[in-house]
Amino acid sequence: MERRKFGKKLFTLVVSSTVFGGLLKKANAQTKDYDPSKHYYGMGIQTNKCIGCGKCVEACKDENNVPKEPFFFRTWVERYTIKKDGEVTVQNIDSRITTHRDNIFEKEILRSFFVPKLCNQCDNPPCVQVCPVGATFKTEDGVIIVDDERCIGCRYCIQACPYGARYLHPEKQTADKCTFCYHRITKGLPPACVEVCPSQARIFGDLKSGASPLGRFKRLFKLHVLKPFLNTEPKVSYSDLDGEVR
Amino acid sequence: MKKFLTKLPEQAGRLLIVFIVFIALVLLVRFLLPASLKDHNIHIQNTVATEMSRQVRYAGSEVCASCHDEYNLKKNGYHKNLSCETCHGTLKEHSENPTEIKPLVPRQRDFCTRCHAFDPSRPTGFPQINPSAHNPMKACVSCHNPHDPKPPNVPQECQACHAEIARTKAISSHVMLECTICHEVPTQHKVAPRNVKASIPAEREFCGKCHSTQSIIKETSKVDLATHGEKYLCWQCHYPHMPEVE
Ligand code: HEC
Ligand code: HEC
Ligand code: HEC
Ligand code: HEC
Ligand code: HEC
Ligand code: HEC
Ligand code: HEC
Ligand code: HEC
Repeated sequence: MERRKFGKKLFTLVVSSTVFGGLLKKANAQTKDYDPSKHYYGMGIQTNKCIGCGKCVEACKDENNVPKEPFFFRTWVERYTIKKDGEVTVQNIDSRITTHRDNIFEKEILRSFFVPKLCNQCDNPPCVQVCPVGATFKTEDGVIIVDDERCIGCRYCIQACPYGARYLHPEKQTADKCTFCYHRITKGLPPACVEVCPSQARIFGDLKSGASPLGRFKRLFKLHVLKPFLNTEPKVSYSDLDGEVR
Repeated sequence: MKKFLTKLPEQAGRLLIVFIVFIALVLLVRFLLPASLKDHNIHIQNTVATEMSRQVRYAGSEVCASCHDEYNLKKNGYHKNLSCETCHGTLKEHSENPTEIKPLVPRQRDFCTRCHAFDPSRPTGFPQINPSAHNPMKACVSCHNPHDPKPPNVPQECQACHAEIARTKAISSHVMLECTICHEVPTQHKVAPRNVKASIPAEREFCGKCHSTQSIIKETSKVDLATHGEKYLCWQCHYPHMPEVE
């Protein structure tokens, strides 16, 4: 009797594990026609082209199910205002462009501009190092992604990111961040923010392909990355970046 | 079976339990634990596969070209860098099922002003307007084609911009006179009126062409230029668009 039961259990075990293994293989097959080893993604941002319309923020939320409330962002746009006395204010524009620069008089302003921000997809990502369960990692083609099945929502990575690029998704209770729209770029589509940008302030591209708008951008301009002293080696680079931008 | 168990020495029984637990552990690790927990590479592959299989929402402008002529219209206009979906919203579903899913059609003024309202943080040179002064109350699309905004529908009639004068003249005795009989109007005046100005008659003899006693034109009432109004310009007493005197 016992033996038969044991045999049955053993049988279901073997069967289910082979089926499971088969499923796994199938999932892997999907990725077959895309070869990540042939790509390495990056982005260029032309600060002086950004008009601060916030379309990129909206598009990102639509494409990636980011909650609409104004505290959750995979990408966002900051308004820098530098007053004559040197005081710098930074505002997240939150697409409510009409209520800008509260309490700052026009003639006190020295200069003002917009800076789009997103995950820098660092080559040396501090967020990956701190994850206690290995839920976040860098893909072969250079994008940092989070496995929300494995993420336990401990927020270490959110603390560790020097750019504030991660947030805790309020419904999933897991860390969420920009993936360069991985599901789009692997199909040859640009990230949603790049798709809708009206002024080509964002240039997306493959660092492994020689002739591309991103390659041209990198040749043409003097480039900066954010917080270079941290040695995070960002793959998002900025042209015409004002010295005050942090 | 029972007999066999009772006959077994106690030590052997214990050993058997240890052995069974060991086998169970091996089986657990081998078959029950998902492969992704054991092998980092498989974990990465799975997560990447889930990430890639997520739903695309923005179809990209090329898709629209097959069904909508607006694509060709927009291609060379000032809005050439705007994606269709920057204005019409996420349309992957519409392009697959156009009769069921209706796109947004943003005709309201504050949609355009999101990008075009004057804002000091915007890059200089970006075309901006003051919404409360630029043809208030009228829909932007009644003058500008959103798919080819420039040259904007330049109003051909003077009355589009000089409505008050046109209305006045229409009930005056000068109703039959074209504006251009008295004003020389360069075509550029209709595009940039403040930079390219229309001419204004300079001296009394201009009115005299029709109204002086020497004039060959028959159907006008005549005055003697030498005595009538003397050294004043005619339009210091007669408003040219409504010349009658009570
Ligand atoms: C397969 C053909 C097809 C594709 C691809 C397609 N459309 Fe359409 N579209 C239609 C049809 C058909 C209608 C008219 C639907 C109706 O009136 O019932 C329509 C209507 C529209 C309208 C007008 C809606 C209205 O209320 O008047 C807009 C705007 C529009 N499409 C934009 C787009 C954009 C932008 C894209 C590209 C992302 C696109 N369409 C792709 C077939 C298509
Ligand atoms: C600047 C924003 C903007 C962009 C970019 C844009 N549209 Fe439109 N579109 C509009 C507006 C506004 C209207 C409504 C025009 C009107 O009512 O006169 C419209 C109307 C339409 C209509 C309906 C026309 C009708 O008469 O019902 C179609 C179809 C359409 N657009 C397709 C496209 C396609 C395809 C593209 C990309 C090639 C595109 N649009 C890009 C703003 C835009
Ligand atoms: C998402 C931002 C965006 C929206 C929304 C938008 N535009 Fe534009 N518009 C642009 C850009 C970018 C240009 C090109 C500017 C340039 O060439 O430097 C432009 C150019 C123009 C121009 C030509 C200006 C010139 O240089 O003379 C006009 C007119 C215009 N838009 C009208 C409209 C109208 C009307 C709407 C609403 C239907 C609209 N725009 C909506 C971004 C936008
Ligand atoms: C009554 C017709 C009319 C309406 C309504 C109208 N415009 Fe214009 N717009 C014009 C004309 C004519 C010009 C060119 C002359 C000028 O610069 O004033 C122009 C110029 C522009 C320019 C170019 C300015 C520049 O400096 O190059 C923009 C941008 C623009 N309009 C946007 C808009 C927007 C946005 C709306 C709606 C909020 C709108 N227009 C409503 C007639 C109109
Ligand atoms: C796009 C709108 C527009 C159209 C169309 C237009 N004008 Fe004007 N015009 C203006 C504006 C605005 C001014 C005021 C310029 C200023 O005050 O500097 C002006 C000024 C003038 C002046 C006075 C110039 C001066 O030196 O003070 C005359 C005369 C004139 N327009 C005649 C015409 C005639 C005639 C037509 C038709 C053939 C015409 N305009 C069409 C916008 C327009
Ligand atoms: C009989 C000749 C005549 C005709 C016809 C005429 N104007 Fe004038 N207009 C003048 C004269 C003269 C002045 C100068 C008035 C002054 O300086 O007080 C003038 C001034 C103007 C001015 C600038 C001063 C003001 O009154 O705002 C505008 C604008 C203008 N005309 C537009 C028009 C338009 C538009 C039409 C056609 C609907 C028109 N005119 C028809 C003779 C004429
Ligand atoms: C192209 C010819 C022409 C020009 C130039 C012209 N007018 Fe006239 N004017 C007419 C005609 C035609 C009438 C209507 C017939 C009439 O009542 O004399 C008229 C009527 C008048 C009247 C009303 C006469 C009445 O009996 O009530 C006055 C005043 C007048 N014009 C003044 C002027 C002034 C001032 C100027 C110069 C700014 C001027 N006109 C330029 C053709 C012209
Ligand atoms: C000092 C003011 C003044 C000036 C300057 C002036 N007018 Fe008059 N004009 C009048 C008055 C007042 C009347 C009506 C009384 C009358 O019939 O004499 C009139 C009447 C007219 C009439 C109608 C005559 C009729 O028989 O019905 C014409 C035509 C006329 N003016 C043309 C002109 C012309 C052309 C000029 C420029 C050369 C001019 N005026 C300058 C004040 C003036």
